[in-house]
Amino acid sequence: MDFSLSEEQRMFRSMFEDFSTNEIAPLAEELDHEETVPLGILEKAARQGFLGATLPEAYFGADLDFLSYALLIEALAKECMSLSVTLGTHVGLVAMSVLRHGTDAQMEEILPPLAAGEAVGAYAMTEPDAGSDTTRLETRAVRDGDEYVIDGVKTWVANGDMGAEGPSAVFLVFAQAADGITAFLVPGGTPGLTVGYREPTLGLRNVPFHTIYLEGCRVPAGKRLGAEGEGPEIAARAEERMAVTLGAGALGVASSSLDVATQFASERVQFGVPIAQKQAIQAYVARSAAEIEALRHLVYHAAWQLDQGARLDFHAPVVKTFAARVARDVTDYMVQVMGGYGYMEDYPLARKYRDARALSLIGGPTEVHEVRIAEQVFAECDVEIVP
Amino acid sequence: MDFSFSPEHVALRRMIRDFATNEVAPIAAEIDREHRVPMDVLRELGETGLLGVCFPQEYGGMGAGETGYCILMEELGRVCTSTATNVGAHIGIGAMAIHLDGTEEQRRKYLVPLARGEKFAAFGLTESNAGSDAANINTRAVRDGDEWVINGGKIYITNGGYADVITIMAVTDPTLGARGGITAFIVETDWPGYEVAREEDKMGIRGTSTVELVFDNLRVPHGNVLGKVGEGFVTFMKSLDMGRLTLGAACLGGAQAALDWSIEWATKREQFGSQLAQKQSVQWMIADVATEIEALRSLVYRVAWMVDTDQPFSRVAAMCKLYGSEVASRAIDAALQIHGGLGYSRDYPIERAFRDARIAEIFEGTNEIQRIVIASRLFREHGVRVSP
Repeated sequence: MDFSLSEEQRMFRSMFEDFSTNEIAPLAEELDHEETVPLGILEKAARQGFLGATLPEAYFGADLDFLSYALLIEALAKECMSLSVTLGTHVGLVAMSVLRHGTDAQMEEILPPLAAGEAVGAYAMTEPDAGSDTTRLETRAVRDGDEYVIDGVKTWVANGDMGAEGPSAVFLVFAQAADGITAFLVPGGTPGLTVGYREPTLGLRNVPFHTIYLEGCRVPAGKRLGAEGEGPEIAARAEERMAVTLGAGALGVASSSLDVATQFASERVQFGVPIAQKQAIQAYVARSAAEIEALRHLVYHAAWQLDQGARLDFHAPVVKTFAARVARDVTDYMVQVMGGYGYMEDYPLARKYRDARALSLIGGPTEVHEVRIAEQVFAECDVEIVP
Repeated sequence: MDFSFSPEHVALRRMIRDFATNEVAPIAAEIDREHRVPMDVLRELGETGLLGVCFPQEYGGMGAGETGYCILMEELGRVCTSTATNVGAHIGIGAMAIHLDGTEEQRRKYLVPLARGEKFAAFGLTESNAGSDAANINTRAVRDGDEWVINGGKIYITNGGYADVITIMAVTDPTLGARGGITAFIVETDWPGYEVAREEDKMGIRGTSTVELVFDNLRVPHGNVLGKVGEGFVTFMKSLDMGRLTLGAACLGGAQAALDWSIEWATKREQFGSQLAQKQSVQWMIADVATEIEALRSLVYRVAWMVDTDQPFSRVAAMCKLYGSEVASRAIDAALQIHGGLGYSRDYPIERAFRDARIAEIFEGTNEIQRIVIASRLFREHGVRVSP
């Protein structure tokens, strides 16, 4: 078995890391502080083809395999985890859903603007009473002739509003229709769709998370993605891709935290030696390095599996739960290695710690993913888990 | 063994809880958002006499002992970690050093107004080369007649932006190390040569002042040497020991608040057809947190009793800080997880508690130093010296 990245993938990774170092690193601290949407960086990313990362060339995408896209996400997350969530939502949740489930007409209409970054995908699933449990939604889509009328409230919509100067949004909205939960592509600015409150967050402060209101929002039937009732399948495939994407984001935030803190530990002298010489510090570093190594293999393998067309019923929740744990453990250890400097916002560890904490919640809480894993394991014993 | 609090301590707790609920809790979110110290609340606390809770009544204090001080820190920690931190630095290390090693004259002059909350205190030890290695300070004090001239600086000084009185550690004999080379000085912050250079931008406890200080030919009268020349290290170790216990108490309060929020939310929030309280994953988190809080509560108040009955407490006080900070972090992390998105939102108090809690494992001696203190005391009993 050859586990190495191809020469092309290594070249891509190098290019992605250069982008991250040159375009993102100098701005990351200020961006987090200002909580702005990083439009300048997104424009540059669009010019590099990143916003259409996995889309076919026919739609002006970069035609990257999922593993290369995961390397991109990892590189971005090294300097700014928010960007990995914004891009992950745009490409993995929205654009690829259109690619997998859309009609030719939908793909031709929506994918090129998404690839160019002229429109940004936003994912509208969560509701005030549907957080962990999205099996019953209150948002309704009622067929009326050639249209659907959508009513409801969606919360925590990532990329909900890119700002007055920014690209418009395409909302992938999940609503209860006659034949079950159904997905709709609703462009921003559609009458009846109002973008509301932006959620102030602990971390990921450059991802605009918004509440949106759909009030008598009329959408042509041609904007329905897939069939009525196909929503759960579309969401499952999208969230599976997002689990691997967030895994790559976790790799970025964890590995960069390890790099920053080990550099610090090799320079910081206390009790006559660099603290790298202290066994307690070595233990934190060793545990972190080992977890990152394990996560790396899990994420790259899962990404490769997606490229083979596999379903990740087991591996997606495994990646997600492990990634959340690694990101939390490593950022926590590395804050500790940096001591007081790990607590100051003019050093990078504090924001990496705040950003990483999201991973056990965003994309579904760990507890729910663990039930999914247990379901797969017990299925082999012919036991069906009742949630 | 009677584990109950005395009627005086029960009454004290009730009084403090009322103050915390009515005066402190309402400002907790805004002082974090606005990044400011709640000076008016601190002054009000001063007027109640609570800023002298553990000091003898003859010095303007309440005479409620370390147990009373732990109760104060627990109740404040329950509603606002920033306020508890301001108070802890003022009483626990700032004023405490003067109480422990001050002359009668120094106590009359400085401890009394601090105990009465008429003035505020800070403790100046840390420098850029002296974090965990506290004895590695460079600030220099040179004798000049009846005065000492201090040059150097400090970093990460809590309360430093507004303190009136600060106990500073300086090197008085560079040929000696911790033993004999360091002296403690009581400094009034309006003296020439004392400058507050910058305020830090911290992840949490944003309702506190954490500053860099610069001393430029700061002249201090010989009468302001605290304890004996060359014995500053002993003074600061004793102060830090005391501070560790009460930081543990503040962590206890924070952990308890997190548990209370978790239980309440788990009874209200429904997903998958039933309350979160019905889910075993949530029950397990709450049971584990509750068990640790119970253990921490017993530890903290037993150590407070040991201090109040003049028993050695250095090792067990370090345990209060070590365990308390970790229990608080785990309790708050569980609360964040249980609250889901609300736990990550700045519209709710959990994420503030998450940011605030993290510093407890780092300041007042990192948890690595606490482990060294504990291990070295245990090995010393077997005749083995352990160094950091």
